[in-house]
Amino acid sequence: MKRFAWIFASTFIIFPISVTAENTMQLTPEASGLAIAQEASRRNEGYGDTTVKLVMELRSADGRTRERVLTWKTLEAAQPGEGDKSLTIFHEPRDIAGTGFLSHTHVSGEDDQWLYLPSLKRVKRIASSNKSGSFVGSEFSYEDLLSDEVEKFTYRWLRDEPCGAWECFVVERVPVYDNSGYRRQVIWIDRAEYRIQKTEFYNLDDNLEKTLAFGEYRQYLDQFWRAHVLLMESIQTGKSTQLVFDTYDFKTGLTEQDFSPDTLKRIR
Amino acid sequence: MTARTLLVAAIALALSSIGHSQEGDLAGYAAFEPRLFFDKPAYQQNPKQGISASAVISPEFRYTWSEDSNRITVIPFYRYDEDDKNRTHWDLREANWQYFDGPWTWLVGVGKVFWGVAESRHLVDIVNQTDLVEDIDQEEKLGQPMIHVEHWSESGSLGIFLLPGFRERTFPANDARLRGPLPIANNDAVYDSGAGDQRVDAALRWKTSINNWDIGLSGFYGTGREPRFVPGVNTAGELILTPHYDVISQLGVDAQYTEDAWLWKLEVIGRSGQGDDFGAVVAGVEYTFFDVQGSNADLGVLAEYLYDARDETAPPTSLDDDIFLGLRFTLNDLDDTNILAGAIVDPDDGETVTLIEAQRRLGERWTLELELRMLSNIPDQGRLYGIEKDSYLTLRGSWYF
Repeated sequence: MKRFAWIFASTFIIFPISVTAENTMQLTPEASGLAIAQEASRRNEGYGDTTVKLVMELRSADGRTRERVLTWKTLEAAQPGEGDKSLTIFHEPRDIAGTGFLSHTHVSGEDDQWLYLPSLKRVKRIASSNKSGSFVGSEFSYEDLLSDEVEKFTYRWLRDEPCGAWECFVVERVPVYDNSGYRRQVIWIDRAEYRIQKTEFYNLDDNLEKTLAFGEYRQYLDQFWRAHVLLMESIQTGKSTQLVFDTYDFKTGLTEQDFSPDTLKRIR
Repeated sequence: MTARTLLVAAIALALSSIGHSQEGDLAGYAAFEPRLFFDKPAYQQNPKQGISASAVISPEFRYTWSEDSNRITVIPFYRYDEDDKNRTHWDLREANWQYFDGPWTWLVGVGKVFWGVAESRHLVDIVNQTDLVEDIDQEEKLGQPMIHVEHWSESGSLGIFLLPGFRERTFPANDARLRGPLPIANNDAVYDSGAGDQRVDAALRWKTSINNWDIGLSGFYGTGREPRFVPGVNTAGELILTPHYDVISQLGVDAQYTEDAWLWKLEVIGRSGQGDDFGAVVAGVEYTFFDVQGSNADLGVLAEYLYDARDETAPPTSLDDDIFLGLRFTLNDLDDTNILAGAIVDPDDGETVTLIEAQRRLGERWTLELELRMLSNIPDQGRLYGIEKDSYLTLRGSWYF
């Protein structure tokens, strides 16, 4: 679930308190954008590991809904230059209960992904080039859930403007990894805590394809902010997916072993 | 040590260590499953053509405690089939105690393991016996009594299996569909081992993932899961086939190389104990077109080559020199619709087994599956001769709880 990792990671996008509107003005837009992304990343350093349960509600254009219930676990990279690891375990629908999706994100190069099918006891490595594909039928593509490594994008600060209750940086970022379904994304980051409040996704034809809103931020361990409601809406199709998170557990002592393809069969 | 004593010991051991933070879970499914046979039966004993009804129930009990370091799993399985008394059967798919202690995993009781990477044939996967009456694709397995200890490290995991108690392969009843030309003496299996079905078999498994590679090595020494068939005459004077299970040694390698949208797969075994030593291989590739035409759907293309060097003294296989071609279509829609269609073809004589599996969810708790098993161009001397009139379509409605 690197896929998940990014959402989570992006929820902590934060900025250095020192980056104010004044001194961003003195930098080029590119340098400002990068500085903002780096500070957001820096503010999330040290989270260690997280475990959270969430409900994913898929809504079709005609209003039909389906629910998936899952547990999402992440492990912070042990060293800079490595990517985070994540594991998603499905609980509902019941016919896929116990199915695991393991992802090792890499700062450069392809990510690694494995699927665990509990009825067959089978662990399968799967292709990781489906960045733009739908994650379990949702409006989230795999890359939307990627671990939000700073190096995966180039940045450009566009402007500052109010967004909801906050004053926000507006930054454009362009994926530099292969197989992205996006030409660019525009993110709104509040200047108070450097949290992503909104993302617009532009497809390869540069048309606005989806918007993602982040809500109900809560702070953990006096440092780490996590959004607890994410709403992804597809502009083109009218479909949407909402993620509602339970309370996060931080630093529960997860290790590399918990994110190994060889231990996936411990799930069930 | 019989399977029963092993199970009792496991449960006693587990119960003795139950402490705080227990958590129980009941899940499972029940299914209604009519099968439609297209052709008239080949043999007079076959009761009828047309639709044959069947039903399955398989609850799953799980109980964990001590911060999830201990787990008991019990998964019974029962099928009723109106026309095949052998297919009406029950099994313990799993009944085991697992203990997780840092890098160590213990499993004692009846368990299930899977080894391998290929799609058309599971060559290296040898621990669990095939529950053949379930599906001729041989993917359904019987529970196997075992003591399994595994040690994990970042460089790979190493597992040792002790397998007390042999499970006989299941075969259709002599008056049922999918039987061969001669009846099989189901209850009179003959063993190479003097211990019969009580021999303790052993297996070893090493597995690792490095960069783009997933690699497994395995070894097995014990009663082979595949029987050969010895013709004879029963007390009623009828010609019958008696399953003979030999003691074999098998070494296996399975590997997958994953890059971009390509999966390269290889399984190889070498086996001794069934006539001359022989080797067999499955090698193939899977390529996936993601988000086809912007539809959200994925299309996977699979191709595998199968070769098996065994001679007439070994258990028969129809997969001696065959090609598998398949398509996997995943819609990525609300109801997880997916379709797998494939055919295993023998280029020499055109013998073809076609398999189509389609599945979707209905609401949150129901799934609907269609499975087609088509046998065509079966030559008179072919391994599949005798079941060529038994192509069938299964419709399965499953309710998950």
